[in-house]
Order: sequence, then C-alpha cells, then structure tokens
Amino acid sequence: MEKSTWTTKVGLAQMLKGGVIMDVVTPEQARIAEEAGAVAVMALERVPADIRAQGGVARMSAPELIVAIKEAVTIPVMAKARIGHFVEAQVLEALGIDYIDESEVLTPADEEHHINKHKFNIPFVCGCRNIGEGLRRVAEGAAMLRTKGEAGTGNVVEAVRHARAVYGEIRRLQSMGEDELFVYAKEIQAPYELVRQVAEMGRMPVVNFAAGGIATPADAALMMQLGVDGVFVGSGIFKSGNPMQRARAIVEATTHYNDPEIIAHVSKGLGEAMVGIEISKIPAEQLMAQRGW
Amino acid sequence: MAVGVLALQGDFREHAAVLHQLGAAPVEVRLPRQLAGVSHLIIPGGESTTIGRLLDRYEMLEPIRARAGRDLAIWGTCAGTILLARQVLDVKKGGQPTLAVMDITVRRNAYGSQLDSFETLLPIPLLGEPPLRGIFIRAPQIETVGKGVEVLARLEEGAIVAARQGRLLATTFHPELAADDRVHRYFLEL
Repeated sequence: MEKSTWTTKVGLAQMLKGGVIMDVVTPEQARIAEEAGAVAVMALERVPADIRAQGGVARMSAPELIVAIKEAVTIPVMAKARIGHFVEAQVLEALGIDYIDESEVLTPADEEHHINKHKFNIPFVCGCRNIGEGLRRVAEGAAMLRTKGEAGTGNVVEAVRHARAVYGEIRRLQSMGEDELFVYAKEIQAPYELVRQVAEMGRMPVVNFAAGGIATPADAALMMQLGVDGVFVGSGIFKSGNPMQRARAIVEATTHYNDPEIIAHVSKGLGEAMVGIEISKIPAEQLMAQRGW
Repeated sequence: MAVGVLALQGDFREHAAVLHQLGAAPVEVRLPRQLAGVSHLIIPGGESTTIGRLLDRYEMLEPIRARAGRDLAIWGTCAGTILLARQVLDVKKGGQPTLAVMDITVRRNAYGSQLDSFETLLPIPLLGEPPLRGIFIRAPQIETVGKGVEVLARLEEGAIVAARQGRLLATTFHPELAADDRVHRYFLEL
C-alpha cells in the first residue's frame, strides 16, 4: 500500500471537478458552505476583500481556527500558505488538512522561490496567469492549478483574461509542429517535457480551476464555458447580502453552466452582490495577480 | 439503450472516456428527463454531499429510486457508493440526501484525510488476473452488507471495498483513474 502518490494527489483534484470551493474564515461559514453544496472549503485568516481593505501582512490562518473548521465539516478542507513559506506548509501538513494553496492572495514570504512541493505528502494548488507559469508550478510539484484572476475585487475580468490565455495557448500548442515545441518551451520558460505533454493531451497535466473575482452565478458559468474544471469563490459569497442563497446559486450555475434557463432561474432574488472594484483603480503594487512568477 | 453518467459534479468525464473506448455512447445526466432511455447509470467520484444536494434540488432522487436495480443498473464509485448505501455513518451535520437503495452500511472518510489516500494492488477474483490497481481517495468503507449482497473485493486486512446486489454495484475506489476497463465491462454486462 502506497500513500500520497502523484495519482492520489492529482486524483483528489479530479474529484473536485465541476464543483465550487469556498473561502471561509469561521466554522459557521464552513457549515454554510457545506450545506450549500461546496465540494471543499478554503480556511483563511481574512477573505481577500478584507485583506485588500485592511492592508498589513496576510499570513496562514491560526492552527486552532483551521482545526475548528476541519471538525465542523466532512468535505475536504484546504488552507493557504504564503508563497515560499515552506514552514507554514509544514504546519498545515501536520494539521492533517487535505490540500494547501500556495497563494498570492497572502503576502509572499519569498519573492524568488516557490515551495519545493515534491518534498510534501500533502497536495498543493497554485495560481497561474498562463501556461508557462502553470507548468513551472507543476514542475515544482503542484497537483492542481487555478487561474489567478484578481482576488477580492468581485471583478471577473482578470480571471477571464487568464483562462483565455491558458486555453488559447493550449489550442495554439496543439496546432504546432513537433519541431516548434522546443523554442515555445524556451519562450514561456516552462520545462520542455511538460510542454510536449500539454501539446499531446490538449489540456494541462493537472486539474485547472478558475479563481479571483467570481461574484455571481453567471460569472461561475462563464468560467466553466471558457473551459475551467471548477471555480473558487472567496469574498463573492460572504461579502454579499444573502450568503447561503448566493452560495447555492453559484453551485447550481457551475453544474448547469450550459443551461441559460437554469442560470436565469437561480440568479433571481439573490440580493446585493459584493461591491466590485475596477481593476485600473488599484495601484500596481496592490495587484495580487502580479505576485508569483 | 444508453449508458448514463451522472454529471452533477465529480470525475464524470473520466468515466465517459472509458465508456467511449468501450464503444458505448455515454449520456451526461443532469436533469430527470435525461434519464429516459438510460439502462445503466454510473455515479462518479466526487463529493457525496454536493451530488446528493443537487439530486434532491433537481428532483432526481425518486425517479432513480423507482428504477434502481430493476430497469436501471447503477454503479457507484466512492461518492457513488455513499449515495447508494441504505445506511451512511459519519454524515455531515444535519444529514445529507442519498438514494439509499442498496443493503450496505458505509462509513465516510473511513481512512482519514487526504494524507491517508492510497493505492494498492487489489485482487478481484471475479475479474481474474492480474489484480486491479485500486486508487482510494478520501475513500469510504463498506462496513456491513445485507443478505442479498455479494462481496466482490476486500483489502488485505479485510475491509470490504466492492460489492454487488443484483444490478447495483458499489466500489469504494476509482477504476476510472486506473487505465483498466475491466470493472466498466463487468458493469455493462449487469
């Protein structure tokens, strides 16, 4: 019997497909998320919208909070570690949660190196804006990817940009000759072997979710139609008027992403969506998607 | 008759891919009307709480129950096993909707968290040699089986991981991830 193999690490992400992973900051929110049909919850200190509003250094959540959230639900529990902060990751692994998000939403701990994720038994999800960045993370051991979007804005435009980049590049790669893959790998600064794999399979080597700015059922269905395997929703739920109803609606829109009548139906009577932020109004140094490289 | 794959959430595309290879044309099932004309239904791996909630919300529990094991053969992998079981232990607070059609008792997350997910070579006498690669991801365990239920596979230490009751089949692992189509072929014969 072998534990924590690459197959079991990638496998859990495959089981999450077609689902919604929700950010939660308390056990109570975790229970709401589970009741609404979330496939997993992400434990963190503050939702991205509050990290943005309050500033300061954003870190891994307190262990007692993560344990309380783990005890509150039966679905998988994920938690965020700062980029490059492998000791936060060691702590999260010791807490026995199910997945670590090496996340640009928290304040990076290392501006040069990401965590060597091969050293861990627990699987990692990492952010990306394009194929090159995604494949670099997979080379470091990430078993799941998510497009970064711009977290805490309620503005889906960056998530769309990143999903278009990933899936557009995959289509381009599929039409390339074998001889052209070497230079392409050099240009996008990704390992050749992974580039060749993407060209052959016509998809990323691991599951890829959308994240960052998804606030409505229509946003979630939009990302699914662009080709992602599922969605992360953070501030969009618990910063809105009626979290339970909105969470359910986003779950249903993700399942029925190709059915406009159902999306129209679940979009009714949701109350106020979170207040969004225009990306161009955010000072460059506060853009989270620029973190990680 | 068509083979349906419940596509509310989970790894339904992996199951559909195996069915394609076997020459069956799988139908993705998300709404009750998509069950018409389906003789076999696979409930994929995923989150049983999510799939159960969506089955309930879109009024599919009764239509499936009414046909389960009769003109509809059903195979549940992992989450699917939980949805088939008459009794489920360690359910989420407040309970969760299930089909409850098969005489087995299942414990959710029986082996622990993701760190306890594992792979092992699994002898399944019914499928012959070689043993199947069993991939267990936050897997449940079949704790007890009723009279009409046949045990098809166990782990070395004795835990039941596959069982059949007439036209109902349950596996707590993921044959769809193992590049081995023997369980899919067995199910299509049911």
